[in-house]
Amino acid sequence: MKWDEFFVTGDPLIYGADVSIALTLIGVIFVLTYFKKWKWLWTEWLTTVDHKKLGIMYVMAAVMMLFRGGVDALLMRAQLTVPDAGFLDSTHYNEIFTTHGTIMIIFMAMPFLIGLMNVVIPLQIGARDVAYPFLNAVSFWTFFMGAMLFNISFVIGGSPSAGWTSYVPLAGLELSPSVGQNYYLLGLQIAGIGTLLTGINFLVTILKMRAPGMKLMQMPIFTWSSLITSVIIVFAFPVLTVALALMTFDRLFGSHFFTLMDGGMPMLWANLFWIWGHPEVYIVILPAFGMFSEIISTFARKTLFGYKAMVYSMVVIAGLSFLVWVHHFFTMGAGGAVNSFFSITTMLIAVPTGVKIFNWLFTLYKGRIKFTTAMLWSLAFIPNFVIGGVTGVMLAMAAADYQYHNTYFLVAHFHYVLISGTVYACFAGLHFWYPKMFNHRLNEKLGKWTFWIFVAGFNLCFFPMYFLGLAGMPRRVYTYGAADGWMSLNVLATMGGVLMGIGFLILVYNIYFSFRYSPRETTGDPWDGRTLEWATAAPVPFYNFAHVPEVKGHDAYWIAKKEGRAKEKKPYKPIHMPSNSGVPVIMSTFFFISGFGMVFSWHWMSIAGLIGVLATMVIRSFDYDKGFYVSVEEIEKHEQTTE
Amino acid sequence: MANNEQTHSHFPWSHVIGFALSIILTLFALWVGFESGLSNTMIVVVVVGLALIQATIQLVMFMHMTESEDSKYQTGTILYALFIAIAVVVGTIWVMSFGMSHM
Repeated sequence: MKWDEFFVTGDPLIYGADVSIALTLIGVIFVLTYFKKWKWLWTEWLTTVDHKKLGIMYVMAAVMMLFRGGVDALLMRAQLTVPDAGFLDSTHYNEIFTTHGTIMIIFMAMPFLIGLMNVVIPLQIGARDVAYPFLNAVSFWTFFMGAMLFNISFVIGGSPSAGWTSYVPLAGLELSPSVGQNYYLLGLQIAGIGTLLTGINFLVTILKMRAPGMKLMQMPIFTWSSLITSVIIVFAFPVLTVALALMTFDRLFGSHFFTLMDGGMPMLWANLFWIWGHPEVYIVILPAFGMFSEIISTFARKTLFGYKAMVYSMVVIAGLSFLVWVHHFFTMGAGGAVNSFFSITTMLIAVPTGVKIFNWLFTLYKGRIKFTTAMLWSLAFIPNFVIGGVTGVMLAMAAADYQYHNTYFLVAHFHYVLISGTVYACFAGLHFWYPKMFNHRLNEKLGKWTFWIFVAGFNLCFFPMYFLGLAGMPRRVYTYGAADGWMSLNVLATMGGVLMGIGFLILVYNIYFSFRYSPRETTGDPWDGRTLEWATAAPVPFYNFAHVPEVKGHDAYWIAKKEGRAKEKKPYKPIHMPSNSGVPVIMSTFFFISGFGMVFSWHWMSIAGLIGVLATMVIRSFDYDKGFYVSVEEIEKHEQTTE
Repeated sequence: MANNEQTHSHFPWSHVIGFALSIILTLFALWVGFESGLSNTMIVVVVVGLALIQATIQLVMFMHMTESEDSKYQTGTILYALFIAIAVVVGTIWVMSFGMSHM
């Protein structure tokens, strides 16, 4: 292989990216060396097993990926603004929509939510860490290495270009001979390990580590949503793992699971992909529902309306989520019975979702609403999500779907549910729990600027797409003719996209601005919160709770505040905490090396990487470090400085 | 937190036996598939049977199915897993026959 096949060449945009990546790397290395921060980076961050720090790293990685995916989106909008534009050629456009979709779902939405879950869940249930802190670090680092493996594809070897769904035969070896598709398979496979481990970890954490007295039906609703999400992860991700492995065999070792030849079944890929893919949609929406519930309840200053109905509707959604996958390929041509069945199950999901919408509205009813930034995102979510949901029911009608399928109507629909559901929730949750992560609030004024610009831009960008779809514009086309008459709506959509980009930049500036100028927290309870995470001190000590809280009902901290128990003094006891470990980051680096070798079919490299993975597992197996105890004196010292 | 102070003094025989059995059953399935010369239907039946045996071994010897004192979660999980497995397998067969075979 020659060097110009190894590196992607010939495109000025890519050269620009090469230069900026090189400069950023040099800059980071220089700063770390100049300020002598390498040791700090290693001991405080790379080897940490603290759920709060892992959560922060998840969120930071997700914001970076949001930037990458957002740039992809703006490049696509630039190309589609006017007919017959020559900004991107078709291959480059295909690569960009593929990486946009994959990155936004797998490397932005999920890690953002999982990051917030990491920060919040142990605090909400009154625990000092997750059930398996070491595994949590493995989760983060495999996600991170998988994401990096996928991301380097655009400068080394070339990006995948078969769409984030990677349907065969297009994604097969014959029609996609470049290594791009291998990056997709290996990157998702490695990141998928992390997600599966996270699912197991949070399932056990929530079931086993709750503070004494907290019954299942007294858990905060975000904890409930995370529990159900974890269950879906545990059952859905193995399907993706198997499907990715089978396609990897097809591409690297010449098997015929999904090929056209020799008895392969190309549609089986679509089938397996969506058996995972539809539950995946609920994996990224249920935590969002949980966050909105917490935020709406806090800022309407009322107990959540219909708590039990909320829980049961999420359980029903989780069950139904495994029974609807065919609605992603109604046009495959299955018989009427198949399409009718999946059409009806899909429409059924609207029922529990509708229940939740009404519960939020009734929570707001007669509340004394505080319009903070987090609350604004939550309020904007309701009408926007309803638009996305109602058009979803339209798409659920199998016969009508033959018209909507693969048009911009669909693009508009899923952006309406994913952005106004998941992305709004990420922003709302970020503002809401930011004090727990960084011990200061995000600036409210800048936050509201972000909110208004982003929400206006979002609606301007995606609402016209419904009409573009009805006017017949297909998705995944890199250009269109002037005679199609789609230009004016596309111009509107691009303007909306630019506004969303500006909103994002203001958010990033807000992070910097608040870091410099925002007053530090003193109480740990900036929003007059209801659940236990607000009972922790500011900044949150690494052991979270000096005393394990006792729970006497729903909204535990609210009750404690009302009964005057919030600031009780009791004698401290030594706290057992897990030790840091360098194994997760090293193991994941070996995964990266192995995956990179497999992408290029350099088997010596992939085998060497796997041996490294195995070696780190053996080292871990013989590691008898059982953690350490925080002494009473140290707790007292901590508690004095934080009050 | 890893505060369960279990003693790992005894040799994990059940794990070793389970591991060996899993490998033997897998190799046997391979042999049935490639070398046994049975009819295709018989091969499918035998391989599915071996898979069920192996799943049981895994659940008992590695997943500690019998060791938990809290049977409520166990039953719920197993039932839900069965539901998902049936939905995925039966659903896939139905869908991939394009609804033409009447199941």
